[in-house]
Amino acid sequence: MQAIVALLCGVAFGVGLAVSGMTNPAKVLAFLDVAGRWDPTLAFVMGGALAVAAPGFAVARRRARPWLGGSFALPTRSDVDAPLAVGSALFGVGWGLVGLCPGPALADLARGAPSVFAFVAAMLAGVVLHRSTTRRGPAHARVPEAGVPKAS
Amino acid sequence: MNETAFTPLTGLLGGALIGVASVGLLLASGRIAGISGILGRSIFPAAGDLAWRLAFVVGLPIGAWLIGVLAPASRALAITPSAPRLVAGGLLVGIGTQMANGCTSGHGICGLARGSRRSLLATAVFMAAGMATTFVARHVIGAP
Repeated sequence: MQAIVALLCGVAFGVGLAVSGMTNPAKVLAFLDVAGRWDPTLAFVMGGALAVAAPGFAVARRRARPWLGGSFALPTRSDVDAPLAVGSALFGVGWGLVGLCPGPALADLARGAPSVFAFVAAMLAGVVLHRSTTRRGPAHARVPEAGVPKAS
Repeated sequence: MNETAFTPLTGLLGGALIGVASVGLLLASGRIAGISGILGRSIFPAAGDLAWRLAFVVGLPIGAWLIGVLAPASRALAITPSAPRLVAGGLLVGIGTQMANGCTSGHGICGLARGSRRSLLATAVFMAAGMATTFVARHVIGAP
């Protein structure tokens, strides 16, 4: 059941990415290119997502358990550290080089384009490289009695 | 060639759907719909923690494919970078999102929706770095 729900949410997420145009790297780059012919669509995509997600997350915060049982797996850290800043900077550079971030890159596998396969292969290599060199515990600690997930 | 049309309505609509998907996964399964986290933690998964991750990841191209069938114009895909640039970009995105524990979805949407300070910083940094990179590539070096 968890997998079926995750599949449906993944499909809805992919539909959202495609409808918004974010599966097209040219559109993402046109947002990042503030000095060129700026296309602010990406800001509207984030705005639309946050308009739904912020109240939705507030509702979830008041629930003791997810619908399917188990507990809420929410990030508990609130410290701002170097890996957060350095990692985000590295990610931003890669994003700006190609116009693809992880979600759209995976969604674009549906296009069957060799350039997407090359990007995703390199991205997976980067993920595996980092995971195998650091291999620490999960950042998303399970909250034992997830009545009130800690704010961060 | 570098110009795209500003599409605020489909942007909002698609964004709202992304929000629905994120809230749905959280309410139903208690999980954060952060793509890099879902992907990264499927590499060395805890017991019984792999199936839902793979299912979500497989759903992404299925969703994009569905829209491509319904609206062929949405299939527009212009990836111009050279092969070395694609590979460098992919590696940086892979390593960077794992270091930072999140990307545009995990920090930019779910994290900001939760009011997370870490996600606010991450989003500001990757936006700034992406804009700086695009500026240098397009206006200093003159690459597309």
